[in-house]
Amino acid sequence: MEDFNLAPLLPEIFLSIIAMGLLLVGAFNGNNATRIVSWAGCSGILITILVLLGIGWHKQTVLNGMFIIDEFSSFTKLLILIGSLGAIALSVRYIIDEGMERFEYPVLILFATIGMMFMVSSNNLLMLYMGLELQSLSLYVLASFHRNSTRSAEAGIKYFILGALSSGLLLFGISLIYGFTGSIDYTVIKHSLFIIDGASIGFTIGLVFLLAGIAFKISAAPFHMWTPDVYEGAPTSVTAFFAMVPKIAAMAVLMRLLFEPFASVADQWVQIIYFLSLFSMIVGAFAALVQEDIKRLLAYSSIGNMGYALIAIVANTPEGAGAVLLYILIYMIMTAGVFGAVLSMRRQGLAVTKINDLAGLSQTKPALAYVMFILMFSMAGIPPMAGFFGKLAVFNAAVAQEFYVLATIGVISSVISAYYYLRVVKAMFFDEPADKFDTSIPFARRVVMFVSIFFVICFVFKPSVFIQSSITAASSLFAG
Amino acid sequence: MLEIGLAHYLTLAALIFTIGVFGMFLNRKNVIVILMSVELMLLAVNINFVAFSAYLNDVTGQIFTMFILTVAAAEAAIGLAILVVFFRNRGTIAVEDVSTMKG
Repeated sequence: MEDFNLAPLLPEIFLSIIAMGLLLVGAFNGNNATRIVSWAGCSGILITILVLLGIGWHKQTVLNGMFIIDEFSSFTKLLILIGSLGAIALSVRYIIDEGMERFEYPVLILFATIGMMFMVSSNNLLMLYMGLELQSLSLYVLASFHRNSTRSAEAGIKYFILGALSSGLLLFGISLIYGFTGSIDYTVIKHSLFIIDGASIGFTIGLVFLLAGIAFKISAAPFHMWTPDVYEGAPTSVTAFFAMVPKIAAMAVLMRLLFEPFASVADQWVQIIYFLSLFSMIVGAFAALVQEDIKRLLAYSSIGNMGYALIAIVANTPEGAGAVLLYILIYMIMTAGVFGAVLSMRRQGLAVTKINDLAGLSQTKPALAYVMFILMFSMAGIPPMAGFFGKLAVFNAAVAQEFYVLATIGVISSVISAYYYLRVVKAMFFDEPADKFDTSIPFARRVVMFVSIFFVICFVFKPSVFIQSSITAASSLFAG
Repeated sequence: MLEIGLAHYLTLAALIFTIGVFGMFLNRKNVIVILMSVELMLLAVNINFVAFSAYLNDVTGQIFTMFILTVAAAEAAIGLAILVVFFRNRGTIAVEDVSTMKG
């Protein structure tokens, strides 16, 4: 027990205590405490971020090699915490407006966050599974959080069934990998794959199942079918959380698995990821063209965006891994802003989500229209917005490894997807104005939208900060 | 006398797993059946783990099985809770009724 050192776990321990404490506060005070619990949760996350920044990020494993901390895991944890903070801040007023003001809401987000932090720090398939389930079980409940809404319940059922299926696939893969490599520890798996020099057929089947399970979680096509329905049916604030945070965790898990234990079988997984990436980009570009609902549109857009991020994983270089991190960082911040605007689409006290509802927004609410305008341009990847740099880094990484076909299809599908982003802009600026939206936008939501816009516009002035830190974080995966 | 070895256990587990996956997609009647299929998939994985654990003479697989059993119980509880919410709203749990959203 020479490594019984809990210091690297401090952020997780702290956040767990906060989450359980808030659960108690809620249990004693009932739903009146929702607001207090939410803001206390936000401050808890803020302090956790400080704790995370305070502990050393150099590579070390604790808990008998189950838990790893390095720059990669700390960087992604930072993103996850910031995303969850934004998601809670966006939700508080929305859950009150929608009459689903229950104190479990922020607590469940905190539990999901803890699960994701364990996922990205796992150095062992058991730890990965437990983190994943803590996250998934919280998310199933969140998706069906609007108890009186048929759609929310349906989204919950769909998410639960397909999530359980994906956990099953993932576990079946894990069991085969355990059997054919003799261990569930990443370091030992890496070692034994290195020794046997070329994997057995059983291991390859296990790898395919494992990747299929994770592809469900990042909603890469052809495992994307739950995404549009869940995004549309779940309460919008929950959709915002789904779109921003769990993808980062699943993507980080995927990267750690592929670049660390499975690095020596790269020729096998590259084909799988290549296919997933290609398919996701095409589905994301074409299926979104006909959508009328903005949440559904954003669902297909997120499928496409995961496809772009996967391009850079195929490249299998530190620069590529850095590009993935940069891409998901930019995507998360843009999505936060977009959902801030979507959450503000309310008419006579009811949430509306059709694209037609945005018609003539530039005349009725110019500020909101310009926020959407900038974010849609950034999503479409038009310079000088931040979205352009994310795509540039990803395509660069692919071209550097001579994956020309993949990069070309990426560019083509990003041109196609520009059409539906611009359709939103067209509705806002050139269509006949629809009825006015309700005016009040709460302060927290304004702050999130402002930060998002500020980041998207100002990224161009200092891109090297983010590019450099994401490459530094990613290269710790390749250090050996 | 036929010796029952690792391959037999793996085949059994693969069969049960496949039955679980098919039960999920082919069933058009009742969401409860889907929950049972999920359980079937997880139990197939458990057979795999225990078989490998015995074969490799390594206790990790059995520990993993314990964790899977625990999580499966939690998962079933949450699945049933969501199902109850759905039933209250719609008054039905038929699979073909879980389809107000499409596209």
